[in-house]
Amino acid sequence: MEKRYVKERLRRSMMFVPGNNPGMITDARIYGADSIMFDLEDSVAYTEKDTARFLVHNALKTLDFGQKEIVVRINDLSSGLGVQDLEAIIPAGVHVVRLPKTDSAQDVIDCEREIARIEAKHGIPVGATGMMAAIESSGGVLSAREIAHASDRLIGVALGAEDYVTDLRTTRADGTELLFARSMILNAARSAGIAALDTVYSDVNNEEGFLAEVSLIRKLGFDGKSVINPRQIGILHKALLPSEKDLKKAYAVMEAIAEANAKGSGVASLNGKMIDRPVVTRAQRLIALFEAYTAKEEDEEE
Amino acid sequence: MDEKLLSQIPHIGEINHRGAYVKAPAKHTDTFLERYSRENKVLPSLEDAIRATGLKDGMTISFHHHFRGGDHVVNQVVDKLAEMGFHNLTLAASSLAAVHAPLIEHIKNGVITHIETSGLRGELAEQVSRGLMDCPVVFRSHGGRAAAIRSGELHIDVAFLGAPSCDPYGNANGYSREEGGTIACGSMGYARTDAEYADKVVILTNKLVGYPNAPWAIPEDNVDYIVMMEDIGDPKGIMSGATRYTKNPKELLIAQTAAQVIDAAGYFYDGFSMQMGSGGASLATARFLRDMMLERKIHCRFALGGITGQIAAMHEEGLIDRILDVQSFDLDAAHSLKLNRFHHQISATYYASFLSAAAVDQLDFVILSALEIDTDFNVNVLTGSDGVIRGAIGGHPDTAAGASLSVVVAPLTRGRIPCVIDHVNTVVTPGEVVDVVVTDQGVAVNPRRPEVAKKLRKAGIHVYTIQELRDKALALVGRPDPIRYKDRVVGVVMYRDNTIIDVIRQIEE
Amino acid sequence: MQLKKTAVAGTMESGDIMITIDPKESGGITLDLSSNVMQQFGRQIEAVIRETLAGLGVEHAEVSAVDKGALDCTVRARASAAAFRAAERSDYQWEAK
Repeated sequence: MEKRYVKERLRRSMMFVPGNNPGMITDARIYGADSIMFDLEDSVAYTEKDTARFLVHNALKTLDFGQKEIVVRINDLSSGLGVQDLEAIIPAGVHVVRLPKTDSAQDVIDCEREIARIEAKHGIPVGATGMMAAIESSGGVLSAREIAHASDRLIGVALGAEDYVTDLRTTRADGTELLFARSMILNAARSAGIAALDTVYSDVNNEEGFLAEVSLIRKLGFDGKSVINPRQIGILHKALLPSEKDLKKAYAVMEAIAEANAKGSGVASLNGKMIDRPVVTRAQRLIALFEAYTAKEEDEEE
Repeated sequence: MDEKLLSQIPHIGEINHRGAYVKAPAKHTDTFLERYSRENKVLPSLEDAIRATGLKDGMTISFHHHFRGGDHVVNQVVDKLAEMGFHNLTLAASSLAAVHAPLIEHIKNGVITHIETSGLRGELAEQVSRGLMDCPVVFRSHGGRAAAIRSGELHIDVAFLGAPSCDPYGNANGYSREEGGTIACGSMGYARTDAEYADKVVILTNKLVGYPNAPWAIPEDNVDYIVMMEDIGDPKGIMSGATRYTKNPKELLIAQTAAQVIDAAGYFYDGFSMQMGSGGASLATARFLRDMMLERKIHCRFALGGITGQIAAMHEEGLIDRILDVQSFDLDAAHSLKLNRFHHQISATYYASFLSAAAVDQLDFVILSALEIDTDFNVNVLTGSDGVIRGAIGGHPDTAAGASLSVVVAPLTRGRIPCVIDHVNTVVTPGEVVDVVVTDQGVAVNPRRPEVAKKLRKAGIHVYTIQELRDKALALVGRPDPIRYKDRVVGVVMYRDNTIIDVIRQIEE
Repeated sequence: MQLKKTAVAGTMESGDIMITIDPKESGGITLDLSSNVMQQFGRQIEAVIRETLAGLGVEHAEVSAVDKGALDCTVRARASAAAFRAAERSDYQWEAK
C-alpha cells in the first residue's frame, strides 16, 4: 500500500499555519520547516470553520509543497467539527492528521475509524493517512503510553502545553512545570518507536528563552518542536545541530563500520573499542541532523 | 611699485596687469557683528529673491529631495512662481514625492512644462502615467543627474534649496549645532551638486544662525540669496525617528540569504566596503552582516549611500570605520552625521557621477531592491506591475555598475504579482550590471558571473537559473495578462551615462 | 443549488478575496469584481468564480468580489464557501485529488 506519510523522518520543526489565512498558507513552504501544520482548530474562529475547510482543502489540492510533510490539525471529534474536518482534508491529500486534546487511546481509535471510512469512500488505500496525537491534559499525559500504542498510523505524540498547564492549575514558566509531561510523552513515544514532539514557545521575540527551551528538550531527547513563527525555524534547526566533536566521532564510527563491512567482518571497532548497535544508531541520527541542516537549500528540489 | 619693472616681464599681458589695487573692495573698519547685520544675502521675501535671480520664462529651476514626504519648498516656490506669472519652466528636482501633487495644477496651467527627476510617486505619478504632460518626464539616476548637471546637459538657471540652518552669507546645512530647534534632514548631498553648478542659488531656511554655520553642506560662495521662511518642511514627513529592522519573516529570509551570498562570493573580508538600500530586505541584510562581523571579528572600511540608523549604530560600535552619507534616511542617521566626525557628508557628484572618480566605484557590494527582474537580469524600480509610475531610480544603476557584486533582493511574488518575469515593464538598471538575484525561493546568478555561481554552489547555496525562478513564480500565481499601454511616451529613462535606456508609455485604461 | 440568502466568505486581507453572493430568480450570474491586480488577473479571477459556481449548480446570483491578490485555489475556496452559506447547506461533496 502506498502511504502518504513516512513514519521515520526528520521532524525538527512543525510550523503552525492558521487554516483561514491564504497569504500564510501560500508562503508556508519557504521557511524551511520540516513539517507544515495547517490548523483548523484554535486559530480558526468557530464561525469560520467552514471557510477554513474549503481553503485548506483547495490549497492542499493545488499548491506545491515540495518534500514537506503536510499535517492538518483538526478539531477534536467531541466538538462535532472533527469529522467534517476529516471529510474535507482526507480527499485533499493530507499526509498526517493531528488529533488535538487526545485523552485516551479510544480517542485515537475513534479518529482512525473515521479516517479509514473516508479513505475507503474516496478509493484511497485504507491506512494511507498518518496520524499524530497531541496530548493536552493530565489524563492524556497519564495515558501517554496507551495513546502512543493506539494505532499503527501514529507517527508521533506531541505535547500541547497551553491547555495542559491550565489543567494542572499552573502556568508556563521555566520548564519545571512540564518536566513530568515531557518525560511521560517522550518515554511513551520511544516505547512505541515513534517521534516525540514538543509544544510551542509563544514569546516569539524572546530568542534567549526559546533557545533555553530548545536546549532542554534536546537534552531530554525530543525529535523537534512546534513553532508558531517562521523566525523560530532557523534558530531551532541551528540549536539542534550536533557539536563538532560529536559529529567528528559520528563520522569516524560510520567509517569504521564501512571498513569492517568491506573486510567482511561483522564486528567494527574504533580506538580499540567495539562499536555496538546504539552507538551506530546515534551516529546515524547525528549525521542525518547535520546533513539536513547544511543541505537545506537542496532538499527543496524534486 | 616701479611700473617700468613690470614692462620687463615678457608675459605681462597674460598676467593681465591693470594697475595695483583697482578691483579690491575697500577695507572694513567696523566690527564683524555690525557688518554682518548690514551686508548679507538675506532678502525680505521669496518674491524678492525670485526677482533678484533674473528668472525668466522657459528657464530651469531645481530642488533637492532631502525633505522627502515632508517637503514644503517645492510647492511654495512653484505657487509663488505661478502667482508672479511665470510660464514654461523646467522643474528639475533630485526627486519628487507624493507631497508634490499640487504641481498637477501648475502643469495644467502651463507654469511647469518639463520635469526632470529621479522618481515620482502618488497622484502626480498617477496623472503623469495617464498623460498629464505634453513633454515626457526625464528620469535620471542620482549619478546620472550629477553628471548631466556638470556636462551642461541639465543646465540649472536657479536652484531653490531648502536648508534647516543657514547663516547670513549662505553657509547652509541639513541640521544645526546652534541653540534652539530646527528641522533636520541630515546630509544635503544632492543639494550640494545643484548649489555648485546652478547659475543662481537661493537658500530657503527656517533658521538663520550666526556666521559661520560650520560645518556646512553648502558653502557661502555657492549661494546668492537667502530667504527666511516660516515653514520649509514637516519634520514628520522628512524622516522618522529610526528605521526599524523588518520583522517580516519573508524579508528576513531574503536578507539572511543575501548575507550568505556575499560571504560565499568572497566579498565579505576584513576591510570590505558596502551599500544597503533602505528597503526592508536590503536593510535587514545589514543585521545579518553585523552578526557575522562580530563573530569573525572583521570590520567594514566604509558604508556608502543613503544612510540609516542601523549603519550609524554599527559605526558607533566600531564595526564600520567611515560613513559616506549622501542622504540620511532617519533621525538616528542625521544625529550621527552631526556627532561623529567620521560620518561624512558627500555630494551627488562624489557619490555616483560617472564623470568623476565616484565612491560607488569603490564598493565591494551593494544590496538593492527591485519591483521586477527579468530573465535578462534587467531591473525595474520605477513602474509598478500595472505600468503606473510609482518609484524612483535613485542610485540603483550607479551602485549596481560601480559595485564589484550587485545583489538584487526581491520576493519571488508580491501578492499575486510575479517579480521575476520575462520582460520588465521598464528597464532602469540593465542586466549587464546585475550580478545576483536573491528571492525568498531561491538565488540566481547572472551567467556573466560564472565564477560567482561556482563559489555559491561550493558554499552549499543552490543556484537556480533565472528562468527557473520565473517558472516557480508563474507556477504559483499563474501567467498575468500583459499591461495595455498607449503609444504615447510619458517618461524617458536615462542610464547613468545619460543615454536613453527605456521609455515609459501612457497606460491604457 | 438553490440559494436562500445573501452570504459572504473571505476577508479583505492581502492574498484573500471577499465574495458576496445574493440570490436571484433569473438573469444568470452577474459579477462585480474589483481587484488590485485587475489588469493582470481580472479575467482569470472572473473565470474561476463562474466556473466554481457553475460546478455547484448555481444558475442565478448577483456576485460581488473584492480581491486582494488571491490565488486561484483561494478564489475557488471562497466562492464555494459563499455559495454553500447562501444555500444554507453543509453537504459538501469533497472530491479526491
